[in-house]
Amino acid sequence: MYSVFKDFSTFKRNKMELKDKLLSSYVAFENRVDTNSDVHEIRSQALENFEELGFPTRKLEAWKYTSLNTVLKQDYSLFPNTERAIELVDVKQYFIHEIDSYKVVFIDGKYSSFLSQTTHEHYDVCLMSSALSNAKYKPVIDKYFNKIAKQDNLTSLNTAFAVEGAYIHIPKNTEVKKPIQIINFTTGSEAATMVQPRNLVVVGENAHVQIIERHQSLTSNAVLTNVVTEIFADKAANIDYYKIQDDEITASLVDNSYIEQQSNSVVSVHTFSFGGNITRNNLNFYQKGEHIDSILKGITIIEGKQHVDHHTLVHHIEPNCESHQDYKGIYDERSTGVFNGKVIVEKEAQKTNAYQQNNNVLVSDKATINAKPQLEIFADDVKCSHGCTIGQLDEDALFYMQQRGIPQKEGRALLMFAFANTVLESVRIPEVKQRITKLIANKLNVNIGFDL
Amino acid sequence: MSKYTEDDLREELKTKEYEYGFYTDIESETFAKGLNEDVVRAISKKKNEPEWMTEWRLEAFRVWSKMEEPEWANVTYKKPNFQEIAYYSAPKQKPKLDSLDEVDPDLLETFKKLGISIDEQKKLANVAVDIVMDSVSVATTFKKTLAEKGIIFMPISEAIQEHPELVKKYIGSVVPITDNFYAALNSAVFSDGSFCYIPKGVRCPMELSTYFRINEGGTGQFERTLVVADKGSYVSYLEGCTAPQRDENQLHAAVVELIALDDAEIKYSTVQNWFPGDEAGKGGVYNFVTKRGLCENNAKISWTQVETGSAITWKYPSCILKGNNSVGEFYSIAVTNNYQQADTGTKMIHLGKNTKSTIISKGISAGKSQNSYRGLVQINARAENARNFSQCDSLLMGNECGAHTFPYIEAKNKSAQIEHEATTSKIGEDQLFYCNQRGIDTEKAIALIVNGFSKEVLNKLPMEFAVEAQKLLEISLEGSVG
Repeated sequence: MYSVFKDFSTFKRNKMELKDKLLSSYVAFENRVDTNSDVHEIRSQALENFEELGFPTRKLEAWKYTSLNTVLKQDYSLFPNTERAIELVDVKQYFIHEIDSYKVVFIDGKYSSFLSQTTHEHYDVCLMSSALSNAKYKPVIDKYFNKIAKQDNLTSLNTAFAVEGAYIHIPKNTEVKKPIQIINFTTGSEAATMVQPRNLVVVGENAHVQIIERHQSLTSNAVLTNVVTEIFADKAANIDYYKIQDDEITASLVDNSYIEQQSNSVVSVHTFSFGGNITRNNLNFYQKGEHIDSILKGITIIEGKQHVDHHTLVHHIEPNCESHQDYKGIYDERSTGVFNGKVIVEKEAQKTNAYQQNNNVLVSDKATINAKPQLEIFADDVKCSHGCTIGQLDEDALFYMQQRGIPQKEGRALLMFAFANTVLESVRIPEVKQRITKLIANKLNVNIGFDL
Repeated sequence: MSKYTEDDLREELKTKEYEYGFYTDIESETFAKGLNEDVVRAISKKKNEPEWMTEWRLEAFRVWSKMEEPEWANVTYKKPNFQEIAYYSAPKQKPKLDSLDEVDPDLLETFKKLGISIDEQKKLANVAVDIVMDSVSVATTFKKTLAEKGIIFMPISEAIQEHPELVKKYIGSVVPITDNFYAALNSAVFSDGSFCYIPKGVRCPMELSTYFRINEGGTGQFERTLVVADKGSYVSYLEGCTAPQRDENQLHAAVVELIALDDAEIKYSTVQNWFPGDEAGKGGVYNFVTKRGLCENNAKISWTQVETGSAITWKYPSCILKGNNSVGEFYSIAVTNNYQQADTGTKMIHLGKNTKSTIISKGISAGKSQNSYRGLVQINARAENARNFSQCDSLLMGNECGAHTFPYIEAKNKSAQIEHEATTSKIGEDQLFYCNQRGIDTEKAIALIVNGFSKEVLNKLPMEFAVEAQKLLEISLEGSVG
């Protein structure tokens, strides 16, 4: 079906469209994985799907405000050959190193045992590659792998090449002792690199876990990350997930997360977007039980020509559930922010309480914000509200502070901290909160210490 | 493309007639079904229009033939076959009735509930009153008073004859023929509509109103309204529609253009009650309307609409706030019942400095209906200090209907202040219980609560209209309480 290329490096010379390149590299990819497995059938199916759909264009309603054209023009190396070792001291700053944690670290899409700390004791915090190939995990993979991921273009692309990522399985009634950090480094050994990590998180009944995810490029070479994370929360499970996006300006990220919740579970996802070129977050919640709480929060602070697009979906399927969304954005210079929050309430989902808030501050004349808070409601006994504002910092408050000797820059920073605080408040790992505070302070170019 | 000449067209026209075995009799009152350049030409000829108008229509037709029907709206319906519609009808052949006794009792019942006077009932039911009702506009009795003030208010077909310079200048200036599928169609085939011009500094002393009604089966309705308010003038314009029961789908694709020059104010109110289809969702009017207003400096345009009818509503009255300090307002109530679908909202395009816009949208869904609010607030980079407030509230009755909101907000200026709120709720059992306790039956209680919910918008309507609209709401929701 696809022409066979023996050597990948030949791709570099004949420049071709990324889509064609991906399609033709699939054969080579097949040489490296077990093609006689159920998972591979899913992959092939997904590839066909991607071949049909192609990359998203602005003609699609979901991509109206975000164009990937400039990102797709790069000549990405799909499977970097050279393995490069990284010293811990070089990358320590990207870990939340103040706390003891499990770590699943990948360098250019390959597992780094040196930097990682995994476990199989009581629960599994390990690798997708072993989960996919080891018979021991087959029941879990059969039950959960690619079950809630949407069959859309980029997710299908990820599924087609799914081979590595974090695999986390927490059995019921278990509390994971320390947070888990999933970190993907790209070393820039090639001029441009595309990586597609695939994570699976299965949390059993009444279990509790905290996860921190980060994608980090170590050089200024172009990177495109297309990550898919599937998260399953069984009854009364509690998942606390943090995404820290503070990458190099040459790195783009498409983050597709799919979360399925059973009765009484609580899942919260915090997304902190400060860096990167184009960042697109597709965060999807499916509530498959009653008395579920879904929490989606985010802080976006960007400048330059950065572009951050938050696309959220909360699908209320059963009655008596809640969802809380709170996204704050501060946009400077020529940056663009997009917020598209969709809430669907099915007609069975009576007594739903869905809340959505999106507040934005434009700091510069050239910055743009496009917001589309969208409600689709089919049940009559529900409380659904959304609020969306675009405004500026309060000049009176700024003047008040200046009068009292707080310089303008610091005054502005204080106001922005206050603006973003509702999101920070619900961060439950103090070290993460401290780190985010520091990142915001750096971003705003001020030196304000906040003692916790 | 090589340029068409008159002769080329004539030649083409001749051959085309044979090609399709299609013949248009200019003298007949209703054209045969179908649409091609001949029909467009024939409509134009029928109206005795000047050449520029004919050309304008033909250009619109050519644009239209290349366009595709939009599918993005949140509605599902069987697409009309545009070749199955007659594009022109004059109202003369309607059977005249001798007295009200011959009128369909259901229709009379509706009139009674709306509180329409006997005379007007006769008019509406087509009982021997000499007023024409189809596309050709209703003659306006107040013409003389208006003429004294220099106000021009006449059917657009007459305006094309009598004031070609005004029509030529403004028609298509706010809604260009290339704007969208239905606007292009309308531009090609509009049969009539209203034209209104308010001279400088004149305050129009009365509410201008037109009644459009679809009466003849299988006739598409394509009106064109053009309202121009010159500097410092004011006009309040009413448009109301009630359509009698019809069993086949009728297409209604109107275009309304408002132009408010410096310091002018236009208030445009609509009560729309086209036939919504019966309880099983059969029949009903498709209402695909393009309404847009342009505000120059310090001008104000205010849209108020009460939408209770139509099987499908697809309508976004918009304001382009081009001038500095201009103001756009949109107040809307959309009620859907049974199988009705409404996708309605507004666009506020802020171009000038210190522009303000307000959007209040109330959606009420009952039965198996779907009600969507779709709005765009766009602040352009040069629109300093733009201000917008949007509020969309939905009221759901029963769990078989749906309420949707699709608000788009695009801000490119840091001094913009935009607020958007949306809520969804239902009629509380305690509210109903409270009313029941006080001897108000459930149906009346619901009407009461719905009226309260819609008050903000109803208050914006001119007095007579408000009363009628309030009753319309009640009728529309009749039998929706389970």
